[in-house]
Amino acid sequence: MDQSKKQRLKIEAVKIRQGIIESTYRAKSGHPGGSLSIADLLSYLYFHEMKIDPAEPKKADRDRFVLSKGHAAPALYAALANRGFFPVEDLKTLRKTDSYLQGHPNMNYVPGVDMSTGSLGQGISAAVGFALASKRQGDLFRVYAVLGDGELEEGEVWEAAMFAAAKKLDTLTVFVDNNNLQIDGSLEEVNSPEPIPEKFAAFGFRTIVIDGHDFDQIEVAIEEAKRTKDQPTAVIMKTVKGKDVSYMENQVNWHGAAPKDEQYQIAMNELDAILKALEA
Amino acid sequence: MADVIRTATRDAYGKALVELGAIDPNVLVLDADLAAATKTGMFKKAYPDRFIDCGIAEGNMIGVAAGLAASGYTVFCSSFAMFAAGRAFEQIRNSLGYTHLNVKIGATHAGVSVGEDGASHQCCEDIGLMRTIPGMTIVNPADDVEARLAVLAAAKTQGPVYLRFGRLAVPRVFDENYRFEIGKGVYLNEGVDVTIIATGLLVERAVAAVELLKARGISAALINMATIKPLDREIVLDAAKKTGCIVTAEEHNIIGGLGSAVAEAVAETLPVPVLRVGVEDAFGRSGPALELLDLYGLNAEHISDAAVRAVAMKNSL
Repeated sequence: MDQSKKQRLKIEAVKIRQGIIESTYRAKSGHPGGSLSIADLLSYLYFHEMKIDPAEPKKADRDRFVLSKGHAAPALYAALANRGFFPVEDLKTLRKTDSYLQGHPNMNYVPGVDMSTGSLGQGISAAVGFALASKRQGDLFRVYAVLGDGELEEGEVWEAAMFAAAKKLDTLTVFVDNNNLQIDGSLEEVNSPEPIPEKFAAFGFRTIVIDGHDFDQIEVAIEEAKRTKDQPTAVIMKTVKGKDVSYMENQVNWHGAAPKDEQYQIAMNELDAILKALEA
Repeated sequence: MADVIRTATRDAYGKALVELGAIDPNVLVLDADLAAATKTGMFKKAYPDRFIDCGIAEGNMIGVAAGLAASGYTVFCSSFAMFAAGRAFEQIRNSLGYTHLNVKIGATHAGVSVGEDGASHQCCEDIGLMRTIPGMTIVNPADDVEARLAVLAAAKTQGPVYLRFGRLAVPRVFDENYRFEIGKGVYLNEGVDVTIIATGLLVERAVAAVELLKARGISAALINMATIKPLDREIVLDAAKKTGCIVTAEEHNIIGGLGSAVAEAVAETLPVPVLRVGVEDAFGRSGPALELLDLYGLNAEHISDAAVRAVAMKNSL
């Protein structure tokens, strides 16, 4: 990837992270940890990869994105707002009673949201349905889904994986946000779905393991997925929960807690510093 | 009565899907490895490229249906009522209900008339489950004529629809002049003493109950209530006004089904006695379907007895 493009995507990722902190701080609730860990992927998808048009969010041939780990809605909303689907200012209304930005994404309220999610395990099934529709229409569009690693404990994920491989749905790319933490603790402490790559491979997926914060590796994985025929692709992204906010990184208690006043300031200062360094 | 046509509503469902497939190329049919039993196999044979077998994974099937519907298809998906409404309840609630996507659930093998397979496969809770989902439409046809019309009407209705079909061959109630509309109850008989409101295979048994009541000196009105949700509250209120007492009849738990829906509507408008005939908060069991229907009190005699009690209650008020 050329340096100027990478620079631009890194800047967009910081802006997504700022949106996550801003919105969860204002909401006094939400899930910043697992939102911050997918910001780099969303920057790549929304600012480089996906065939989408904010002016026509329902266009039939658009690429589809399903946030199967729907609790990372703050990241999706920030990406959509910065991409022009709705005003960035509206991120401040997250989770408020009169806002269209629900705690988990709703396809009927939010421009650019392709599927309502939040109940873990269900998003990937809908993504598989999209991929089946794409196949019936001559591979009209590509489908991207993001799952949490804890979400892999849901049986429906594997029903969907089995189906996607059996039906040879090669327009489907599934990303696993492998940050190794779920609400009650580490994967190992709770009910580990590891080894994750081997499981997806056994279910018939092309399986790629990458650093989910490295844009070169994200690009390589997606290009490989696009070249892969007759099987879906699973990209296992090694990520850091709470990425780029020092006190949130790898801390399980930031799964579902919002920053308070002082914490908000620290987070915004840290992200501002990263942004300034990138823009310098 | 030798010339009475007997057809299972699941058979009418399969035939109607084939009919629909010819009219609308946008229709896709999904099943969870039960195509031979749910009768979606008829559609599979006619339009193999528009049939998708999802295997024994009902939750995923509902999600796949959501993705297809969100891509513009009209999707019918089928399994037994137990595994559709029961096992996949939360997928239906979140992926179809909350999204209000255009998916029709063709749930067959409802009620104890499944027969020998027994309680694990006899769903008497599905209407109750589906009723609590906002925006869900529920239709429980009485015979093959109504089942066909319900499928065609569901295809024209935007949003999720739960269609409830049976395994047992049941006598035809309606002729070719029957006009069906989602959300409308229909008077099959006028009467002054009591109104029986029946749904599904209990409608034909309620027709027989009307005759039994005549012999007992009671004039019973009869309403066929195919649509449980949205409930035709106007016709329920009309029945309460005209006859002052009501008996409901359904092949479902008396908790949560048609009886509950009617009792709620009556209590909020014109409180009169409402007695519920149905499965009395019990699980089913193995046995021939017709024997089970009698065992669980889902027959004309039981409806007729309930009507006599309802009239007595009304008169003692």
